[in-house]
Amino acid sequence: MQVTTPSNLLYISAPKIYPRTVQGVFANLRWGFVGLTQLIFYGLPWIEWAHRPAVLFNLEARRFYLFPLVLYPQDFIYLTALLVICALSLFLFTALAGRVWCGFACPQTVYSEIFMLVERWIEGNRPQRIKLDRSKLNLEVMSKKLCKHFIWALIALWTGLTFVGYFVPIDILVRHVVTLNLVGWSLFWVLFYAFATYGNAGFMREQVCKYMCPYARFQSAMFDADTLVVGYDTKRGEPRGHRSKHISTEVLHDETGLGHCIDCQLCVHVCPTGIDIREGLQYECIGCGACADVCNEVMKKMSYPIHLIKFSSQHAIDHNWGLGKQVRRIFRTRVLIYTALLLSLCFFVAYQLAHRSTFRVDIVRDRNTLSRLVEAQDHKMILENVYRFQIMNSQESTQHYEVSSHGLDQLEIETPKLIEIEAAKSKWTVLRVAIPASQTAPGSHKIWLDVRCLDDNRVVSEQTVFIVPSL
Amino acid sequence: MSDFNSPYWSYYIGAVVVLGLFACMFLLWKMSKSNGQPIDPGENGHVWDEDLREQNNPLPLWWVGLFVITTVFSAIYLLLYPGLGSFKGTLNWSSSQEHAQDMQANLDSIAPLYAKFDALSIQDMAKDPQAISIGSNLFLNNCAQCHASDGKGSKGFPNLTDSDWLHGGSPDKIQETITLGRVGLMPPMAQAVGTASDIDNLANYVLSLSSSPHDAAKAKKGQEKFAVCAACHGARGQGIQAIGSANLSDQIWLHGAGQVAIENMIMNGKVNQMPAQKGRLSDSQIRVLSAYIWRLSNKAPS
Repeated sequence: MQVTTPSNLLYISAPKIYPRTVQGVFANLRWGFVGLTQLIFYGLPWIEWAHRPAVLFNLEARRFYLFPLVLYPQDFIYLTALLVICALSLFLFTALAGRVWCGFACPQTVYSEIFMLVERWIEGNRPQRIKLDRSKLNLEVMSKKLCKHFIWALIALWTGLTFVGYFVPIDILVRHVVTLNLVGWSLFWVLFYAFATYGNAGFMREQVCKYMCPYARFQSAMFDADTLVVGYDTKRGEPRGHRSKHISTEVLHDETGLGHCIDCQLCVHVCPTGIDIREGLQYECIGCGACADVCNEVMKKMSYPIHLIKFSSQHAIDHNWGLGKQVRRIFRTRVLIYTALLLSLCFFVAYQLAHRSTFRVDIVRDRNTLSRLVEAQDHKMILENVYRFQIMNSQESTQHYEVSSHGLDQLEIETPKLIEIEAAKSKWTVLRVAIPASQTAPGSHKIWLDVRCLDDNRVVSEQTVFIVPSL
Repeated sequence: MSDFNSPYWSYYIGAVVVLGLFACMFLLWKMSKSNGQPIDPGENGHVWDEDLREQNNPLPLWWVGLFVITTVFSAIYLLLYPGLGSFKGTLNWSSSQEHAQDMQANLDSIAPLYAKFDALSIQDMAKDPQAISIGSNLFLNNCAQCHASDGKGSKGFPNLTDSDWLHGGSPDKIQETITLGRVGLMPPMAQAVGTASDIDNLANYVLSLSSSPHDAAKAKKGQEKFAVCAACHGARGQGIQAIGSANLSDQIWLHGAGQVAIENMIMNGKVNQMPAQKGRLSDSQIRVLSAYIWRLSNKAPS
């Protein structure tokens, strides 16, 4: 929105926005997404899987549980891939349909929507809220405000608790809250996220999108003239103006010189970011479609065709394209590239996860003693290298492992025959590798440690080097 | 601020910090308005490339509030914590103090685990799988850097898995060695022994003690020179554990086998040190570690 304060101030306090309640297709869709995302967010920490939380990022024990998966910090690449998949999906959705993420599923929108619902219940719709804020402080105003902030705080605290519930088992958290035993970092992060929710959804709202969100700023890189945006059909709507309800559309222009826009300002009143969509696409627009919903209602009341404000592409509005042409424009290079990237990454990650071993092996050479010349029992000289290796069991039952090695002639190893590792635990074991002296050329030789899991017969081969000194 | 002799730099840095904070606030206040020229609503009067106009989109006030908050935060921080020159802050916080506290907290947290080991003798602990598992971790983290992960050491670093002990291999002696450390000293003996050929003869005699390949004639000549060695290594070169002298009659050569290595040792001597672990590890940890190390040479690793 154009700031029209005739002043030379470089900072001004942002005007408070009182969005009007809106009903319609997009509002319903948004509430659907609010329900879906929050069902997942609030519900997931409570789901159990094999006697543990189904999703738990246990930072202290450095284990990440995702349904059947037990991930080690070494598996972080999978979580990174998940993030990259999310980012690519955002790219794809943005290229196709603009800021639909912002308008329908972003936590900022979702929590603002929930908080505004509470606000509406207690303080009423837009006019009542404006009146309440302008009225003098009295008992009614006070009680309404107190009531609103109390409910907001409860929602915020529950949100904070749920968020921390992804890192600490939530039943323990709730028990600690009930017994007033929640202390330390858990308490800090619960309060921190509660405060962030309360502040962002209750007060900052559109300011977050306008000034804080980095994603909102680089989305324009994914936009083109075929991307869906909320657009006002200027040719049909202008010139705007008030008119009698009884003039039919056929004679409207000839008799009054007016377009279809009746200049009721409802599209401005419903906008959560306080812009006027009729001025064209603006950076503040989060693509929520509230203005389209409310305008369609007005058009129906006026018996005009709907979709004066609609989700459409710049090209479609400019050239009056039909749906078929718009759908064909979906298959453009940008969209195809994003889709191809997204699909191939999804398949790659799925393949990797499906073929992931049930354990990992990490091998570390001793650093002080590179190689050792030792007299064996039968007076033969042998060369020894010492290693430690870690087996990381990512199954949720005790497993048994057997170790062998290959890569050099007459190579012998000394290490426990059978290594037992408890569920989701890791263990360091010492390994001594020996070869007869003066049989192998000096230098470093590749050898492999083959660890076999006896319970599922998988083998992981980890490469290391055997150092032969020049004697 | 022990790097500086005069307090000048402390005051200088403190002044720069305080002035910097005030300068930030002054800048914020000064820049809250543009420079007073009359401008169009919403535009600041700058026009480029004929019609490209720069708009004035004022920052929201809360953003300015963030600047103020960070400055106030800095001021409070500088009052509480060290940062203003050599001023230590009213909380008297220091990183070494925090480290010491964290170490103590860690020791307190593991104390219950070690309490049951304190009741066991070192020999009994060596039979306790949990103690051995903890001992193994302690060994890998604190000892393996020199003695190798398998405890067999290497040149200069004793093998802990055999029956040869410079200072004694009883559980108590092992605990003493870990706690207080050891210094092994072999003085340079070239002058006391004599000429190069004397040293050659002596080295051959030392080799003969362990029945290693040697020149018998030279060894016979070197025998009388061994008197100066016998003071520490004993009459037959078997070593004396009370003073940590090496046993020369076995096949274990910590600093290298063969005539050259022995001659070098006679001529140049050697100081070898096992650092004391007291202060790094708690007494309970050292006991568990002793059990693990004692077990290395008293029971074949399974």
